[in-house]
Amino acid sequence: MTDTALVSDAPPPAARPLVRLRQLDLFGAVVTLATLAGAVVWAFPLYWGLVTTFKPETEIVQPGVHLWPQNFTFENYAHVLMQTKIGLWYVNSLVTSGAVTVIVVVMAAAAGYAISQLEFPGRRVFWAMILASFMVPIPALIVNHFVLMSQFGWINTLQGVVAPQLIAPVTVIIYKQFFDSVPKDFREAAVMDGANDFQLLFRIYLPMNWGITTALAIITFIGAWNLFLWPFLAVSSEEKLNVAVGITQVHDAFGVQYGRDLAVAMLAALPVAIVYLIFQRRVTQAIMLSAGIKG
Amino acid sequence: MLKSKRAEYFAAAVLMAPFVVIYGVLFVYPTIKMVELSFTNAPLIGPGKWVGLDNYWRLATERLFPTAVWNTIYFVLLSALPSTLLALVVALGVNRLKGWAQSVALAAFFLPYILPVSVVYRIWDWMFDANFGIAQYAIAPLDGGQHLSVFRTIPLFMPMVAVVTIWWLLGFNVLLFVSGLRNISTEIYEAAELDGASRWAQFKRITWPLIWPVTVLVLTIQLILQFKIFDQVYLFTQGGYRVDSTMVMVQYIYREAFQLNKGGLAASASVVLFVLIAVMSVLQFQLLRARAQR
Repeated sequence: MTDTALVSDAPPPAARPLVRLRQLDLFGAVVTLATLAGAVVWAFPLYWGLVTTFKPETEIVQPGVHLWPQNFTFENYAHVLMQTKIGLWYVNSLVTSGAVTVIVVVMAAAAGYAISQLEFPGRRVFWAMILASFMVPIPALIVNHFVLMSQFGWINTLQGVVAPQLIAPVTVIIYKQFFDSVPKDFREAAVMDGANDFQLLFRIYLPMNWGITTALAIITFIGAWNLFLWPFLAVSSEEKLNVAVGITQVHDAFGVQYGRDLAVAMLAALPVAIVYLIFQRRVTQAIMLSAGIKG
Repeated sequence: MLKSKRAEYFAAAVLMAPFVVIYGVLFVYPTIKMVELSFTNAPLIGPGKWVGLDNYWRLATERLFPTAVWNTIYFVLLSALPSTLLALVVALGVNRLKGWAQSVALAAFFLPYILPVSVVYRIWDWMFDANFGIAQYAIAPLDGGQHLSVFRTIPLFMPMVAVVTIWWLLGFNVLLFVSGLRNISTEIYEAAELDGASRWAQFKRITWPLIWPVTVLVLTIQLILQFKIFDQVYLFTQGGYRVDSTMVMVQYIYREAFQLNKGGLAASASVVLFVLIAVMSVLQFQLLRARAQR
């Protein structure tokens, strides 16, 4: 980047300053307004879906656009909470997503520690395999995951929903990178005191990377909560569905009822929306990390 | 010394065991089985006969699979590139905002990304509902005063699913671009400002070259991600009659395996998808590495 290159397509310096200042502000204001307008447009479908759930069905199908309900009601929510199995789906989603999160984090932290800190035969091979599995599309494995789960007798069970979600090479990679950057002094001091590797992992390496663990746990949980394809295939009975798949089933149950369809969708979105709003910074961090940007 | 080596091996074995077991049983084994299954005429569950390359030959010669491949590529083109460029534009705008205005705008663009796909489907199905959808106020004048069921109109289907997908996932790209833009030091802009560089010159000579690596990253992530499209296409065709004309690759695998009980054929389609995405991932890796070495 040379100065001459930059100056070449600019007017001579002397005449500019005043004029440019005004142009700058105008341009800046337009961009700011356009960005804010864009944000409003982007948020609108979500708002519109949400506000519809508080309208009685008769009002929903009236012509005209009402940005706020004329008769505010919780009837849609009351109905779906009483008449669908959403309570059960919530439990299923919580149990499966919780299990996926705990297993993935523990497994990835352990493997990441071993690959980062220990010397053992096959270490390089494992690392190469983990890096390579980055490129494997999980949806390509649905057929054989189904075959495997049916051999286990796990079709239509919660453990059958959980198992194929446990392949998480990215989590191992992130842990390995963070454990790599823990200063060796800590390790040496603890080894002098007679600590073994398990103590090192749970007393030093994990606590020092607590933020990463939280971030990875949150993003794993949200991913598991939102997963559609595999639970959709693995589960056939209404009792074992998770929320993300379950809400697509209510449609058939009571025909087209816009308010109820949307109310049940909003209930499905509520937990992830809350988790995101509370842990915004961690979610952001985890997304950067998994995209390969160290943040 | 020898004893501590053994302790180290033991610790490594214990710590690697959960990963190795899960990885082996749920990843390596199904992958091998998938390739094996693709050379048989087996149903979804149960044994089959070895048929060599028959399944692959069928994929190439029957009408539906090439349609599914084409639809997938069409969808990738409609979603990946536009969402990358739009995200850059949005990020440039968001990056100019300060304080809470920036947080709110960023949250508005990002919030859809954390929603389950089925919620996204419900919201947009309602927006475009043929009878009462709010979007019909904009569509009707364009369609001669008639309401239009956009997701039942074949030529509009893929573009509309792409629009919904871009709405859903844009926040992810915006986030990566915003962090990329924050990494560009303000001193460079200040220096350029002093030299009298115009806004366009600043963008062209500073922002664009420095944000290019992020652009490559975002674009390739989107390309690979969108190749695996299934959920949205499936949900928006639910109850439709002409599923075949908007079929995508994962949906083809789903149909052959789970609706028509042809495990072998579905596995061969899976292998094709597998190879396509692996090739793209290698290209991505090479592109990103080439950049890192420069």
